[in-house]
Amino acid sequence: MANTYNLSHESLKGLFGSLRRDGRRILAPVDAAGRVELGEVEAPSQVAADYLQTILSAKEVAFPKVERLLSYTIAPGRVDLKDAEPRALPTVLFGVRPCEAKAFGALDAVFNWDYRDKFFNARMEQLAVIGLSCTKADEACFCTSVGGGPADATGSDILLTPIEGGYLAEVCTEKGAAIRALAPDLFRPGNGVDKAAIAAKVQQAFDQPALTSQLPGMFENEVWADQALRCIGCGACAFVCPTCVCFDIQEEADPKKGERLRCWDSCGFHQFTLHASGHNPREVQGARWRQRVYHKFSYYPERYDMLGCVGCGKCTRACPVDMNLKEHLIEAAGVKA
Amino acid sequence: MEAVIQRAKELLEQGEVKAVLGYAKGTGSARRPHFARQAGQLDKLVMDEACVQNLAVYVTKHEVKKLGKVAVVALPVTQRAILQLMAERQLRDGSLAILAVDDGAVKELDSASALEEHLALKAQVLNAKDKASLADLEAMDQGQRWAYWQKELSRCMKCYACRNTCPMCYCDHCTMDCNRPQWVPVASHGIGNLEYHMVRTMHLAGRCVECGDCGRACPVGIPVHLLTIGAEETVHELFGQRAGHKAKLDYALSTFKTDDKESFIR
Repeated sequence: MANTYNLSHESLKGLFGSLRRDGRRILAPVDAAGRVELGEVEAPSQVAADYLQTILSAKEVAFPKVERLLSYTIAPGRVDLKDAEPRALPTVLFGVRPCEAKAFGALDAVFNWDYRDKFFNARMEQLAVIGLSCTKADEACFCTSVGGGPADATGSDILLTPIEGGYLAEVCTEKGAAIRALAPDLFRPGNGVDKAAIAAKVQQAFDQPALTSQLPGMFENEVWADQALRCIGCGACAFVCPTCVCFDIQEEADPKKGERLRCWDSCGFHQFTLHASGHNPREVQGARWRQRVYHKFSYYPERYDMLGCVGCGKCTRACPVDMNLKEHLIEAAGVKA
Repeated sequence: MEAVIQRAKELLEQGEVKAVLGYAKGTGSARRPHFARQAGQLDKLVMDEACVQNLAVYVTKHEVKKLGKVAVVALPVTQRAILQLMAERQLRDGSLAILAVDDGAVKELDSASALEEHLALKAQVLNAKDKASLADLEAMDQGQRWAYWQKELSRCMKCYACRNTCPMCYCDHCTMDCNRPQWVPVASHGIGNLEYHMVRTMHLAGRCVECGDCGRACPVGIPVHLLTIGAEETVHELFGQRAGHKAKLDYALSTFKTDDKESFIR
């Protein structure tokens, strides 16, 4: 059960100072020439004033687009191998939306599934999330259809909800409590504000449990090829997605030395499942689009007992051809198998 | 739009085409590509100033070719791309029904020669914003321009939205996807990003129809269209050629002339 406090705007300024004195960098949405991106800030005044969401997700904080896993040198008769060590800085992620805060759970499910990934874990250990409830939403949002909500505290160590003069602050985890302990006086007793009244209203768009249970029976349905006809097979959706976790291992080497890199990858790329033989089990875009939906809404629940989608809508906003995920899921849920 | 829908309906109903490719209303105020395969899906078609995407990107796709003959609602940029694709022998002359829409009028252009004739009447004008941006880049010294692109391209994450939305990037096996040998690093780091965009630019110099879709597609707002449009303008300046205007391939960077004005090539 979260402990609820009031945090005034002035106190937030103080909290940023305390976090910095504690040696933590603060990443927050900032306005970069009209785009809202995560950037390092020192004070709340540097945080973007009005934003729905950042274009990219916050996953890069724990799962960067390129990660060096190891390096080596080759000399006659010997190979010297050197493991790379993660560069994990104490970090506070401020002002991310509840959907994105929740998304770290979906990443964790994969990075700690059959193998504990030291890079991801090292960064997550150093990361604290101060989420910020949404007071507005757009047509791409559907958090409430996938078990989340505009003021859902899951994944946030502290969740802030804007109120008159500041924020309602819910301290949700031990990491959150440790942040409060840096400046306990800034957190005043809470006054029992009704969060739901302040948060954005996001209508439930489809019945997700019903969709998940009917997906195994509609693998061959033509709806996937129909929906994918306008998909151009790029990786914009996957790369902005806070839960897309697929990567490719690349080797950059010359005869004397080399590095092994982990790079973001996307199931939308035609080469993603291309075998060395030349056979491709997902030969057409329809099969690749179906994989994207199934991974998030069928395989994730089956394997990890959670969804691989938080309904943030970033994929929809980033798509060059307006593949609207919510709309496609509504359509799929309406297919009578 | 009424006239386009009417004609598209006739083509579909008479079985002359299997699908109509145009624009429909999308999320918010966005417009999106729309495939109508039954007459009932035609009423979703719209045409207004928000319809800007170059639909020619679809006509070389295997999934779209499998549909059968397609009618394309074609803006001037789409017309140019289709003509260039025909010149590059990626599309058979007559394989599409082209419903050319410019200045509100609809014209049916079903052959490369009809397209060529139609496009010859249209001056290709670069929009003012891109023109100004190119002039700004031109005014920079080499160091400034280098710094500008390094900063912009550092945001690239190699999602390939710019490549995949480009009608002229139709290769089944792109250089970027080659791993035997690997020409360009796959990773989205400084050199990987820079090499990708340099290769993309050079592959489009003299072939870019200047639709600007690559820049619009970029999720992180890198103006990558200024690279390809800039290269295209340079080719035009130096060789007097423009992509998407000739039914016969007229590609400056693969042309050899015995009377070339440069001595090194003779």
